[in-house]
Amino acid sequence: MSESVPRYWREIKIRERLIGSKCEDCGRITFPPRKVCPYCRSRKLTEVELPKKGKLLSYSVVRKPPAEFEKYAPYVIGIITLENGVNVISQLTDIDLKDVKIGMELEGVLRKYREEGEEGLIHYGIKFRPRIK
Amino acid sequence: MKPIVVGVGMTKVGEHWDESLKSLAVEASLEAIDSSGLTPEVIVFSNMMSGRLQVQDHLGTLLADELGLRGLPAVRVEAACASGGVAFHVAYNMIKSGIYKVALVVGAEKMSDTSTEQTTTALMTAEDREYTGFYGASFVSLNALAHRLYMEKFNVSEEEMASLAVLSHENGVNNPFAMYRRKISTKEVLESPYVADPIHLLEAAPISDGAAAVVLASEEVAKTKSSVVSVEASTVATDAIRYYEREDLLTFESAKKAFMNAVSASKIEKDRIDILELHDAFTIVGYLTLESAGIAERGKAAKLVASNKFTLSDKPAVNTMGGLKSRGHPIGATGLYQISELYLQLTNNAGKNQVDNAKIGVAFNVGGVGTTTSVSVLKRR
Ligand SMILES: [Zn+2]
Repeated sequence: MSESVPRYWREIKIRERLIGSKCEDCGRITFPPRKVCPYCRSRKLTEVELPKKGKLLSYSVVRKPPAEFEKYAPYVIGIITLENGVNVISQLTDIDLKDVKIGMELEGVLRKYREEGEEGLIHYGIKFRPRIK
Repeated sequence: MKPIVVGVGMTKVGEHWDESLKSLAVEASLEAIDSSGLTPEVIVFSNMMSGRLQVQDHLGTLLADELGLRGLPAVRVEAACASGGVAFHVAYNMIKSGIYKVALVVGAEKMSDTSTEQTTTALMTAEDREYTGFYGASFVSLNALAHRLYMEKFNVSEEEMASLAVLSHENGVNNPFAMYRRKISTKEVLESPYVADPIHLLEAAPISDGAAAVVLASEEVAKTKSSVVSVEASTVATDAIRYYEREDLLTFESAKKAFMNAVSASKIEKDRIDILELHDAFTIVGYLTLESAGIAERGKAAKLVASNKFTLSDKPAVNTMGGLKSRGHPIGATGLYQISELYLQLTNNAGKNQVDNAKIGVAFNVGGVGTTTSVSVLKRR
């Protein structure tokens, strides 16, 4: 599905830099940022940039993708627990499927997610790859 | 005051090339209305995806018109795969409030009008488009994240994970409305291709068309009928819309809350449940529901099913008419199929799969990855 330019534009910063929000009352961090804390309902939330390093908590291989990802399948998606304990969902990159293991150390890099045809938007976001030691 | 089920109607689930969303909904509704012998005062229509798959909304009014009931109040309810149970909850409260005496609640979904990719895209609208859909996750793959984590954490084998699909198919053989009326073996499940690893094709409920309808009435109106099934509770609870944000990825808080509230509203202990309809869109959803509700011990549900618990002769018997896996899963209709199947059991009309002396039936209708759960408790009076 095509996304309107404003709809894509307004999420860029959050997706490309992993911006979350931190609650000034209870201290919990959530991704993506929000207006009300889901843990204590405080409205005093500030934006914070999340760490780009984490560990793989679980993963799957998308073989029957949504229409807009048709030409990219199969690909790996996973839940990554970042160094501060916050979970995010993301695609994995630069790795063979047979090497994917729960608990592996990963790092986020900026990558292309998809293109909307010749003149359409190109969607960028963070993907996670094995951490380079 | 307890709402009473006075009629049900179902179409066969399948790929209905010659039927439309509208004609399926009409067929199930007329059957439910005729079997109730009453005229509805209000219509609640459950559907998830008509806006995307048929480019048609305004379903409540559409159906009222088709049924020759122009003028009636009508409303459409959407809560992803839990739409049916949530619509039932709305109708239940309409009757309970005393404002309406007879309500028609119908669920319908037509998924064969579009390509698999388009349907897959539409199903992902159950999650947050901007922060889960963006990353290319499919709805199956989100459930696969839970499936893998469950196997890893509780040391559960692939064979054990497949067992609920095998059980549902075993029961679906005798359901004339079921889409796939044949048994499947564990081996067949594990040899079927992955849809999203580690979920195999035969562990996922099929894309299907169908409609199911229930007529609910107040006790006062139902008094003149031979109707014997009352709704003891209808509850709904929700959880974080993005699955990855859950603090405990292996507990469905929505199922836990909805069930707890249903138990306290109906005062029915869980060991008295005769029939349990689980939302086995994927086997993992069934296991996490059983555990979150406290019906199975944490980490044990798949192992229990694999050791032949929950069959027709057990208590509770699970997915007695084939569940989502064998009957099929026309999204917005599923919750109403569950209610209709419980009704057949509680009125002694379940045919070869009749559970002896069935008195209490419970349905769990789950939307998203345990994101919304509706629990319905039905009782033979
Ligand atoms: Zn807070």
